[in-house]
Parts: sequence; C-alpha cells; structure tokens
Amino acid sequence: MNMDLRADLLALLPELTLTAGALVVLLAGVGGGGRRHGGLAVTALASVGLTAIALKIAVDVSEAGRLFFSGMFVLDPFAVFFKVLFLLTAALAPLLSRDYLERHDYRPGEYHSLVLFATVGMMVMASGTNLASIYVGLELMALSTYVLAGYFRREVKSHEAASKYFVLGALSSGVLVYGLSLLFGELGSLDLAAMAAALGGAERTPTLLTGMALLACGFLFKVAAVPFHMWTPDVYEGAPTPITAFLSVGPKAAAFAIFLRVFLGGLEGLTPYWVWLVGGSAALTMIWGNLAALTQDNVKRMLAYSSIAHAGYALLGLLAGSELGVQSVLFYMLVYLVSNLGAFGFVILLESRGYAGETVADYAGLARRQPLAAFGMLVFLLSLGGIPPTAGFMGKLYVFAAAVNAGFVWLVVVAVVMSAVSLYYYLRIAMQMYLREGQEGEGAEVLAAPWTARAIGVCGVFVGIIGVYPAPFAAAARTTAALIGVTLP
Amino acid sequence: MLDWLVAHVVPIVFYTAAVLVVAGAIGVIWFRNPIHAALSLLATFLAVAGLFVLQHAEFIAAVQIVVYAGGVMVLFLFVMMLVNVRTLPREYQYVRSLLPAAVVTGGFLAAVVAAGLFARSYLAAADPAALTAVEGQTMGNTEAVGWVLYRDFLLPFEVVSLVLLVAMLGAIVMGRKDRREEDAGEEAR
Amino acid sequence: MITITHYLVLSLVLFTLGVVGMVIRRNFITLLMCVELIINAATINFIAFSRQAGDVTGQVFAVFLITIAAAEAAIGLGIIVALVRLKQTVQLDQANVMRG
Repeated sequence: MNMDLRADLLALLPELTLTAGALVVLLAGVGGGGRRHGGLAVTALASVGLTAIALKIAVDVSEAGRLFFSGMFVLDPFAVFFKVLFLLTAALAPLLSRDYLERHDYRPGEYHSLVLFATVGMMVMASGTNLASIYVGLELMALSTYVLAGYFRREVKSHEAASKYFVLGALSSGVLVYGLSLLFGELGSLDLAAMAAALGGAERTPTLLTGMALLACGFLFKVAAVPFHMWTPDVYEGAPTPITAFLSVGPKAAAFAIFLRVFLGGLEGLTPYWVWLVGGSAALTMIWGNLAALTQDNVKRMLAYSSIAHAGYALLGLLAGSELGVQSVLFYMLVYLVSNLGAFGFVILLESRGYAGETVADYAGLARRQPLAAFGMLVFLLSLGGIPPTAGFMGKLYVFAAAVNAGFVWLVVVAVVMSAVSLYYYLRIAMQMYLREGQEGEGAEVLAAPWTARAIGVCGVFVGIIGVYPAPFAAAARTTAALIGVTLP
Repeated sequence: MLDWLVAHVVPIVFYTAAVLVVAGAIGVIWFRNPIHAALSLLATFLAVAGLFVLQHAEFIAAVQIVVYAGGVMVLFLFVMMLVNVRTLPREYQYVRSLLPAAVVTGGFLAAVVAAGLFARSYLAAADPAALTAVEGQTMGNTEAVGWVLYRDFLLPFEVVSLVLLVAMLGAIVMGRKDRREEDAGEEAR
Repeated sequence: MITITHYLVLSLVLFTLGVVGMVIRRNFITLLMCVELIINAATINFIAFSRQAGDVTGQVFAVFLITIAAAEAAIGLGIIVALVRLKQTVQLDQANVMRG
C-alpha cells in the first residue's frame, strides 16, 4: 500500500479549492441569485484567487517531482507553470464575460461554474502522469466546454457550434482512447514512466505504431491542427465570444501540456515514427491556417484560423523535443494566451450588428472615435503577428530557435514565411482602424463594459512587459523542462 | 453431439456474440429509423457484455448491461420519444458520394492493422485466476476490480464524479425550457 | 481455439464501423450511437488485453470508459433536445447556418 493520503490531498489542494468554488458559484446562482451578475463574477474570481493561494501552499508543502495518488499526479514545475496559465485564463474569463452575459441576458451561475470545472479538468491534465488521470481530466474539460459553446440558447449559431464541437470532440476522444487501448496492450501499462521503460525493449510492432498514430491523431484533433481542424472555425464563430476566447486559449494549452508529457515523456522512444506525422501536420497547419485567414471577413472566424496557425508554430517546439523546445512551447502558451485574450476582449467590446456579426469593416475609423481602444487592439494584433517589441515576437523567436537547433530548418522557413503572410490579415484590421473613414453611427460602437476593459488592460500589460523583458518568464518556463522519467537531450 | 457442444462451448459463444456485435453495428449505420438503430445498438451492447463474461470480466459485463443497456439506451429512447423523432421530416440520410470512399478507407485501415494483430496470437494467455486476485489473495473479480480501483485509481475516480456532475449540469442547461428561447424559436422557423 | 487476436480483430471491425458510420450518416442521433460503438471497441480491447496479461488494470479503466461514455451521451442528447426545440431538425446539414 503506497498511500500517504494526507500528502496526496495537500498536493491536490488547488483542484479541491477550485471545485469547492465552482460548487459555491453554482449554488449561489440558483433561482433569484441568477440575476446577480456582478456578485457571481466576483465569487468566481475569488475562487480562482483562493486556488492560486492553495497552489502556492501545495507547492511549498510537497516534495517536487514526487508522484501522488499511486503515480497518477505530480506537482513538478511543468505542471505548476501550466496551472498558473489556467488560473490566469480562469481569472480573465469572468472579467471578459460578465458584461457580455448581462447584455445578452443569460444566467451567469451555471456559466461561471462550468468555466471553473473546465479549469479543474485542465489542471488535472497538466499534472497527470498516468494516461488514466490524463484522459479523465481531458473529458472533464471537454464536457464542460461542449455545454459552454452552446450556452446562448436563443442563438442558432450557438447550438450549431455546440453540436459541431461535440461531434468533433467525441470522435477525437474515441480515436484517442482506441489508440490508447492498443498502446496499453503492447506496453502493459497506462503509467507514462512504465510505458517509457517498456519501450526500451519492446519490438515496434504494427499494433504499437498504429496505437501511437491514433493517439497522435487524437491529440492533433484536440490542438485543432490541420487536417483535424474541421469545423473549428464554425465553433469559434458560433460560440459566445468570451467562450471562444476561453476555448482558443485554455483547452489548447492543456492539450499541448498532455501532448508534451505523453509524446516527449512516455513515448519518447517512438520519436522517429511520430515526428513525420506531427511535422507534416505542423507544416499543413501553419500554411492552411494562415492562408484561410486571409479570406475571412468575419473577425471571429479570422481569429479562429489565426489560432489554428499559432498551434502550428507551437508544434515546432514540440517537434524540437529538446529542453529548449519544451521551454519554448510553455513560453509560447503564455504569450499566446495574453495576446489572444486581449484581441478577443476587443471583439467582445465591439460587437454591434447582433450576435457574432462583427466584420473587418466594423473597425473602420475606430482610431478617430476611440483612439485608446484602437491602440490597444493594435498592440494585440502586432503581438499575434510577431512584431517586436511585443511578447509575440519573443514567443516566436524561442520556438523558431528551438526548431532550428533541432534541425528542422525547412519547417522554420515555412513558419517565418507564413508568419509574414499573417501580418496581412492582422494589419488589415489595423488599417481599417487608422486609415479608413467611418461614418458617424456606422460601424461598431465600443460599448460600456468596464470589467472587460480591465481584463484587456491586464493582457496589455503582460504583452508589453514580456515583449521588453522576457527573461524572468522564460526562466520560469526553463526550469520546468525535466519531464517524468526521461532525460532530455 | 452433446459432448462436442460442451467441448466447444467457448468458440460457439464467441462466434455467436461476435456475429451479433457486428450485425448490430451494421444495423446502427443501416437503419433509417433511429429507433430501429437504437435497438440494434442495444443488441450490440448485450452481445459485448457476453464477450466480457467470456474474458473473465464478470464485473464489467454486469456494468455494461446495467449502465449501457439499462441506462444509456433507455435515455436514447426517451429522448427520441420526447423529440418525436418519427414525425420529423424524412430527410436525406446519407452522403451517398462519400460511401465508397469511406468503405474503402475503412477496409484498408482495418486490413493493415489486422495484419499486425495476428502476431499477438502466439503469445500465451495468462492464468485467468490472476483476474480475481490481488497481491496473491484470491477474492473474486468484483473485489479485485474494487481493490485496484479505490487504491491505485483513486484520483481518476474522484475526477469522474465531477465529470458526472458536469454531465448532469450540462444536460439541464441544454435541455431546460426557456420561455424566451421558445419565442426565439418561433422567429427562427 | 479463440485467441486474443480474435477479439482484437472484432474490436477493429467495430471501430471501423463506428468511424465510417460517423462519416457517412448525417443524423445527429445516429452519430452519437456511432461514438458509442467506437468506445465499445476500445473497451473490448482493454478487457482482452487485461485477460491476456492477467492484470485487472484494463478492467478498471473499462469502468472509467463506460462512465465517461455515458456522461458524453447525456450531454449529446441534451444538445439534441435543444437543437430540435429551436430548429425542428436533427440533421447537421440543415443546421448549417455557418459556412461548413
């Protein structure tokens, strides 16, 4: 019996706290409480705050690198970094959503609690060292987000988004778990360290490789890489905009976390086989994501394709596989988080022509009417495009450097070219804002949404700081790169 | 005759169940009427439970019947009756053009993997008594599963309880009536 | 002699049927049923490997698979109910307001 329940529970303290918070929000939002938008948002925010404290306590109290819950859970710096990212997302979510929910008149209680439950799932995923806990955390996150995508019941687009997201998610989970079953059969265990050990001597049978391939496809689905990205733009367009923002950042980062742990930790022995699959997908993703974004008029769809392309850049870090590679992916997730949430924040502010109706033309003349807002949007667009001195530039720099060092020069060339192409559609919005004349009353109004504005402010600060002074953030990502049971080259 | 039957009980049960499983699965794809498809799926589930018994997984077989056949299928049928699935307009069910491509791809994939699977048949199967024992003590399949579940898999177990809570929450959020939503629905039609 | 390969081939057939079914059927309810087929295929694999190795772990994970599949079905059906209420259809094509 290898159970030290007290130590295990202390390590799990953050997840427990967040679950308790989610339940409190859920109960507070019942009945009449469902009209208290401000109160519920504050409660959700407070839960996240308490969870952050709990995380600090758990990290202080627990031995780093020790396995908890019979090898299911770990609190290494890798997990802690991702948990901080998820908590940041979970903190910005109520800020971004509160005004939007009130304006469209939907019940906030279930909404905020589902966001928190999804975050719990993501945190479990980041700490998972056994495919059982990883899969279960994944499903918790996925089910919560299916419901959130369809939350705006009075909009057909929201229903459609939920249906398509569900079908996509269920199919990918099924493929993933079937591949998992083949891997389990060949390697004899679901524990990542045990699998890595078994791979040392195991014969590379077709069953093993098929299992690995199916698992990789499942993960690529979750990251929305090409050609597994079908319907993702529809989902992003149809879901409520704060949820789109959440989806583009949280679940994607969580998927990368497990991708890194499983493929660079457990299945590292099979690297020569999966680099082809993932590398090919990364190239297609960067090319297709950016090219498709060029033709989009709807800003949400455009940002959806942009998210797909960014996942492609991050995959380069995964392919590099080295310590720098892992570090670069983690850093990129942070950079991408603040840039994307900032951009989506502005989309939330500017929604004018009914639900999800914002087109590029809506931004016309924004610079004259609301110079501060236009400048903010410009900053985030530049960061997404990778222009110095924003954080986005630093993020891409690290990832490209890692990939070049690992020998993937051609992929980096593609990435740089596509990154340049992406500037076109990012700057197209900037041009609309600064150079076009908008008539008075036409185009989008920046609506009064103080909470959303605060969230955007936080993101903007991060983008600025990381862009100019990336060292401490990169250092935080660096110390996390030792993955379970395997020494990296 | 009886001797032959007794001696070959395992292959007989296996092939019967296997045929039912595949037939049921084909039925799910084939039938136009969702209720027929659901009943076909039910047959598959029951046949799979039979296979589990054959594999010395008695507890899982029982769970399969209780949860899948008794829970999920009933839920499917309830929802189909709730939305009056038969009165919905008969719409074009298949994407005809995709069918040959899908079948060929599926068949090819299956053939490739099956070629690799045959290698496994030469490995010896372990003593089935091991499935009823934990740390050397024999105790029965259910107890063995329980021991491992609550000792080694405690964390996923607790998280799964959250999954079920979210499922319930989600079903309520998606399924509840919203007066204003009905007005919106009128406009949409 | 029934070996583990028989089970693996059977589950492969089931998996393939499930995936093919998802690709060619447009009815949302049938899609859900095909997802269940895929998960059942994976479960058969886990049980079969568990039997061969003499390790209960596969069976334990099967418990999780069945539970999660049931939860997914519940949410999927909830989405169906909501969709039908609003649009009077369960065809994914008909629900296509956005560019596919």
